[in-house]
Amino acid sequence: MSTAGTRSPAADVATRVRYLLRIADTSLVLGQRLGEWIGHAPAIEEDLGLANTALDLIGQARLLLAYAGELEGRGRSEDALAFLREEPDYLNATLAEQPNGDFGDTIVRQFLLDAYQLELFERLATSTDARLAEIAAKAVKETRYHLRFSAGWLVRLGDGTAESQGRVQASLERLWPYTRELFDPDDTDREIAAAGIGPDAAALQAAWSARVDRVLSEATLRRPADSPYRWYGKQGRHSEHLGYLLSDLQYLQRTHPGASW
Amino acid sequence: MNARADRALAAREADLARARAVLAGVPDPEIPVLSLVDLGVIRSVEWGEDGRLRVGLSPTYSGCPATGVIRADVVAALVSAGFPTVQVHDVLAPPWTSDWISDDGRRKLEAYGIAPPPAPVASVRALAATDGPPRCPRCRSANTELLSEFGSTPCKALHRCRTCLEPFDRFKCI
Repeated sequence: MSTAGTRSPAADVATRVRYLLRIADTSLVLGQRLGEWIGHAPAIEEDLGLANTALDLIGQARLLLAYAGELEGRGRSEDALAFLREEPDYLNATLAEQPNGDFGDTIVRQFLLDAYQLELFERLATSTDARLAEIAAKAVKETRYHLRFSAGWLVRLGDGTAESQGRVQASLERLWPYTRELFDPDDTDREIAAAGIGPDAAALQAAWSARVDRVLSEATLRRPADSPYRWYGKQGRHSEHLGYLLSDLQYLQRTHPGASW
Repeated sequence: MNARADRALAAREADLARARAVLAGVPDPEIPVLSLVDLGVIRSVEWGEDGRLRVGLSPTYSGCPATGVIRADVVAALVSAGFPTVQVHDVLAPPWTSDWISDDGRRKLEAYGIAPPPAPVASVRALAATDGPPRCPRCRSANTELLSEFGSTPCKALHRCRTCLEPFDRFKCI
């Protein structure tokens, strides 16, 4: 590491870059999805809420991608990483790329990921990687605000009418299987945890689970059973939805390479 | 000899004070009633080892689109004030907090029609005590309600006064 005073954790560079991309891509892809709501949300307040959350997420992704690019040392900028990587090179959690569906689907996806990111960023704020810790400390404040919005809506929809409750329960059943990937450690996660860069998956899951259960209970929703099936978006194996999202996200740079304004 | 060195040092210090004064006159692009210094985003103004003026800037929100404009405004203001080369760098830690908005900035915000965040307090318990509804910046009524957690910029939420019925922005407290 070139930065004076930064402790160099004992995980190799490729592993650290891969781990940064997982966090960055989850923020970026989720931010892009939320951006699709602009002009379509049920009311102006929700339009603003989703767009502002998207902005924070894309801002987090920029900081993380810029860092990943520097660490990698191959001269790739945040823009190159966002706009010029192919689908299997994206390492976001599969949950983040799931389509917006109706407002309830979006709120459930958002709530599950906000709760995850809050627990994650709180722990990364004490990472042995000083730069990652700085970015996470900034993101924690924003994520707390996002969670207040999504949890507030989940309670209103869940503890609302029979119609809203039925629909949001169905969203929860549909999206729940994707949460398993968030806490299912692979070699990268284990190496990162051993170096003190990222949290232990089991501890993260316990904290997330407790937080989610509290809100689900207030929302009078049932926690779905855990699914045995695992997704591997964080290893670059995605659901069919990511390709379409990337073709939107990357269209301009692919069509007019190097375009700027 | 020493006297000359002292004078040179004093001149460099005076230039730093002048640079800070210049920045105190640069408005925030979204809320022009606040200067960048009022907003608390200018974290340091110093001479770099290479002789260039270095300005440390803390973004308010990770994705705030105004950050790029602020960076350009800082450079433009200092260059036109006679500082030939200016380097702006991001300071992420400690993260920006609305506590850093100056007292003067809080007064300016309220006069402009934006409810300021509560003044900084020493403990979490004291914070809980101040975390009530904001005062209406127009009629000063405390009888206000939240309309939207998010507003026209990342740093603001939307409220409404139940007394004068006017909606108003509030600077989010983070």
